[in-house]
Parts: sequence; C-alpha cells; structure tokens
Amino acid sequence: MTEVRFHGRGGQGAVTSAELIALAAIDEGQFAQAFPSFGPERRGAPVVAFLRVSKDQIRIRSKVYQPDIVVVLDPTLMDIVDVSSGLKPKGILVINTAKTWEQIRKDYGFKGRLAVVDADRIAMEEMKVPITNTTMLGALIRAAGITRLESMDRPLDARFGKIAERNKKAMQRAFDETIIKE
Amino acid sequence: MPIQKGMEVSIAVSEAVKLANVDVISAYPITPQTHIVEHLSELVADGELKAAFIPVESEHSALSAAVGAAAVGARAYTATSSQGLALMHEIMFVASSMRIPLVMTVVNRALSAPINIWNDLSDIMAQRDCGWVQLFAINGQEAVDLTLQAFKIAEDPRVLLPVAVNLDGFVLSHVIEPIELPDQEAVDRFLPVFKPTLRLDPDQPVSMGAFGSPEVFIEVKKQVEEALIGSQKVAAEVWKDFGDIFGRTYKPVESYKAKGAEILLVTMGSITETAMTAVDSMREKGRKVGLIHIRLWRPFPFKEFFQAIREAKCLAVVDRALVPGGVGGPVGLEIKSALFEKKERPYVAEFVAGLGGRDLTVEVFAEMAAKAERYAKTQKEMRYEMIGVREK
Amino acid sequence: MAKIDALHPWKEVPLGCAILEAGNSRQFKTGDWRSKIRPVTDQEKCIKCGMCWIFCPDMAYNQRADGFYDWNSYYCKGCGICARECPKEAIQMIAEEE
Repeated sequence: MTEVRFHGRGGQGAVTSAELIALAAIDEGQFAQAFPSFGPERRGAPVVAFLRVSKDQIRIRSKVYQPDIVVVLDPTLMDIVDVSSGLKPKGILVINTAKTWEQIRKDYGFKGRLAVVDADRIAMEEMKVPITNTTMLGALIRAAGITRLESMDRPLDARFGKIAERNKKAMQRAFDETIIKE
Repeated sequence: MPIQKGMEVSIAVSEAVKLANVDVISAYPITPQTHIVEHLSELVADGELKAAFIPVESEHSALSAAVGAAAVGARAYTATSSQGLALMHEIMFVASSMRIPLVMTVVNRALSAPINIWNDLSDIMAQRDCGWVQLFAINGQEAVDLTLQAFKIAEDPRVLLPVAVNLDGFVLSHVIEPIELPDQEAVDRFLPVFKPTLRLDPDQPVSMGAFGSPEVFIEVKKQVEEALIGSQKVAAEVWKDFGDIFGRTYKPVESYKAKGAEILLVTMGSITETAMTAVDSMREKGRKVGLIHIRLWRPFPFKEFFQAIREAKCLAVVDRALVPGGVGGPVGLEIKSALFEKKERPYVAEFVAGLGGRDLTVEVFAEMAAKAERYAKTQKEMRYEMIGVREK
Repeated sequence: MAKIDALHPWKEVPLGCAILEAGNSRQFKTGDWRSKIRPVTDQEKCIKCGMCWIFCPDMAYNQRADGFYDWNSYYCKGCGICARECPKEAIQMIAEEE
C-alpha cells in the first residue's frame, strides 16, 4: 500500500488532486481511497488531503501519519508547516518550487529523496492560472508511479470537461520537467 | 454487469436513493450530510430523478414533510446529521408510532457543545429509543446496499417503520473509494413499487396521527415494539433476496477472525475496518484477537450476538458515544445488560473512544485489545475507560 | 377526540392508531357536556347570516331549507359562543328545564 499526503491551501485543489489519482487507480483495477483533512473550508488556510493506493482491499480509515509520498502544492507552506513530518525513510517529497533541489536541501535541511518542479510556471504558461493541483499530478506520477499517466485522462475529462486538455498538457509537462534526486 | 467505480460515498448514497426511485425528498442541509442532498437536488433539477425535492426551513420540517409524504403513499427519503437529527427528535417518535415507512441517512456527527462537525455516534445514540430500525454501514458499498435494503425493510407490511441508515461523517461520507452501483433493472427487481398498507386518500378517508387516550396508548406502543422486533426477520429475508440478486451477503452481526479468538473487539460503523487491520496485525503476532461488528443496532439482534461471542473470554467494546453518568457508552450498556441473563459470560472491557472526530488508528485498537486482555486476567472492576484523554 | 367504541386487543388496534372510519366524530355526543343552559334563537331577529353555524365548535347548528339554523342538542355543550357572536343578538342562553 502506498500512502500519500498532499499539502495545499484551501482553494488550491489538494483534495481534488488526491481524488483524481484515486479515481484513476480504481479505473486501473487497483484499490484506492482519497479523503480530505476534514474541517470547515477556509480559503487560503493550510489543508491536507490523503490518498491510499493498494493492490489489495484497503481496510484502514485513520489519517495518514507515515506517508510514502508527500506532495506540496504551494512552496510557501514549507515555512509554516513541517511538510516532511512522518515521511518514511525511503519516502519522497514532491515539491512545487522555482528553487533547485540543492536550494531546498539547504533552506530546509531536508536529507531524504526529493522531487522538484516549477509547477507555478507550467500552470501559468499552460492554463493561465496559478492553480497547480493537476500539474503536480504529473510530478507525483513521475516521482512515485502509483498510476499510469494515461489513466488520468478519464478522471480529468470528467472533472474539467473542455479545459481538461490544458490540464493534461500541464500535467504532462510537469511529468517531463520534474527533477528527482535520491 | 456493474463494476466498481471510484466515487465519493455521499454521491454513491444519493445514487442509491435515485436507484430506489424515491418520490419525495425533503431535506435541510447540514455538514457533513450536505453532499448527499446537494447531489439529490441536482439529480431532481436535471430531470434524472423524477421526484419532488422539498427544501424545508429546518430538520423538524424535513422529517415532518417526509412523514406526510409517506402517509399519502410516496416513497420518502431524508438525510441529516448531528444537531439536525436532534431537532428531528420529536418527529422521530411520531414517524415510528404512526407506522410511517421512510428512510433517512444519518451521517453521524458529534453533538455540540463545543461546536464540532466531526464524527462520532452521539447523534444517533440520542435517538436510540425512537422506535426506528437502525443500521450501520462500515464502508461505502454497505452504505449503498443498506440504503436500498432499508426501503424494502421499511415498506414490508409486517414492519411499516422508519429506517435510519448510519454512516460516519467525513471519515466515511467524504471518502472516494471503489463502489459498485447496481443496475436499475436489478434494483427494480429487488425493490418493487411501494404499496402502502394505509394511506391518506380523499376517496377513502382515514385519520392518521390522531389522539390516543390511555385506553389505547399502551396497545399502540406494544404494536410498534412487536413490529420493530419482527423487523429482524424481515431484514433477514431482505438480505437473502439481496444476496441472491447482487451477490453480497449481510447479517445483523458480522464476525471477523472470531474463530478461536479469546478477545473480541466489538465495533460499529466505519471504525470496524481499521479495527480489522489491527486484528490482522495482532493475529500475525500470535494473539488470539478477533472482531465482531453490529450492523443491526435496533432491533438489537440478541441471538446472533450471543452466537457471535460464544467462544470469547473477553469483549473489548468500543463505544463512540457516552451515556453520561452511566456505565459507559450505549453499546457497552446494551451488551452488559444482555449478558446479565447468561450464567457464563465473557469479561466486558468497555471503552469510549473517538468522540468528536478524534482519529482512531490501528494502534489505538491494538491498545484497547491489549488493555481488555490485561483487565480480563485480573477481572478488573471497571465501568468504562475513556481512551485518549490527556491527563496532563 | 375520536371515540373508541371497543377496547381492542393490541393486535387489532388499527395500524398506528389510525381512525379508519371517516367522520366518526359525529358519534361523539358532546351534548352530554351541557349543563343548565342552552341557546334559543329568536327567528324575528335572525337574518340567516350563519355566524352561529360558523362559530359553533361542535357543529350543533344545521341550516334548514328555509335558511334558518336548527339547534342540535346532541352536540351543543352550552358554551354560548353562538349567542356572543350573533350580530343581531338573536340568540339567548336560557336555563334548561330539569
């Protein structure tokens, strides 16, 4: 079982990210579960969402405390939230940032596996909005697999309709441009 | 053949209500029930479900309108949570004693104060004695299946009582997971059109909900009680039919790795699955731990419960509501009372946990099982223990 | 209140205590409640407005073919509302003979 925690701010679509991956994984015949960190919805406040994907039936409904993967949609959260909390020793931190992986290591003293991508720039160029949740799915899939990139098509189409293509393109670019350091 | 699709449990429940082809939905939105009724109102507005959606001004009215709709022979549905359910309280009794078959989803949430929108079972447990059939889902698939079954149980001429289908707020209602939605054709075969036994009809006028003097009141209560107790037999038949058509079996009390278990966790609702994972890991370590979960809470399935625990030396009952000033929680209270008639009975360790959305992890279930085992060894005298309370 | 003719065993009480016979309140003899006084209408003053019929809580008035209202002792409990509401003061409450 792979457990993922998404960090975002209310309104940035962290919950949607977790949902879309879960839908794609279930379409592939895997078992998956996605849920938000429940609470009153507050735009801009730090939020987390959780995802579990497994080959077997998932029988656990508590929050994810020891994720295999942490996805950070908004780099400004790194200064106010310990995003790597509980991350497994072999886990990977996937960050939307304009900084290089060396800078991230230096600024945050993070020693583990790291994947970085400038999702803000990609999202602005491809979709003209600074919303990175679908873009970051490309980075997540590149860094950790979980689902096939093409499995995202159906959930993205269903969710975004005529703007799905732009989301897919941004996701593809993030997949291509993500830099992973062990 | 239907296949499993990923969807939010709340959406799946509203799709089940659509498959049940309801005539009237009356509801007032309250977190965390909202997604269910929002989706239903969309289905009605889009013409996908031919039903009347009555947006009311309070939950008291929501249930009243559903009672009225069912009284004229409509298949009626409502849903609520927490304070909303509390506001329905007086109509809860009216619905059962008037023998109104309707279905309500209760998306379980704590009762204020302090204001809390998260999950526990204190809302439905405060309605324990309202004369409703009460079912608990442990996952999204069960929430869908129980919703369909609920209509069939409620509308059976031998029952004619309202049914509450409980699912945990947020931790179940807001989760995306694989769910199989049955075909409409199969649902229609399982759940025929509602044929009311008695209804308000201008051509054959009757009065429903009239006065009942002391000369008849007890007889009416006896009738409701017998119908509620009898609903278990009907539920068993409904579950048989459901299994034949959809291939999923349901029982009033379910066991998990209970064979050879000396300690049994006793759970209700979606915490059951996390508890199962705890049982798996304890079993791997050679501990004789199993689990039972109670699906049919009202009427309480005494026979099946005794059968399920017959090998156990110790029960670790996990309550998610408190009976303040009493022996612990409502489930523990029920079980201890039920066991009193037995000469040989297991030790009962009663825990109250997870109130107001406190997360219940695999480790917490393992902790409760271990404590129960320890307390049983010394036959520790305990009423109950509240789990996870900070002492300093 | 509906009148309960017989004390049924619980299995025979109508479902949910419903009243299956429409209009059975007619069987309820509220006239028994009347004590000492009853209304009497002066047809010289009566304008057939029907206020007595409207206000009577026990439907003790019925309109005749000629438009006047008959008083029915079976239902009248002697409350005097008709006398109070009559706009022509055509109704008097009088002592009943033993």
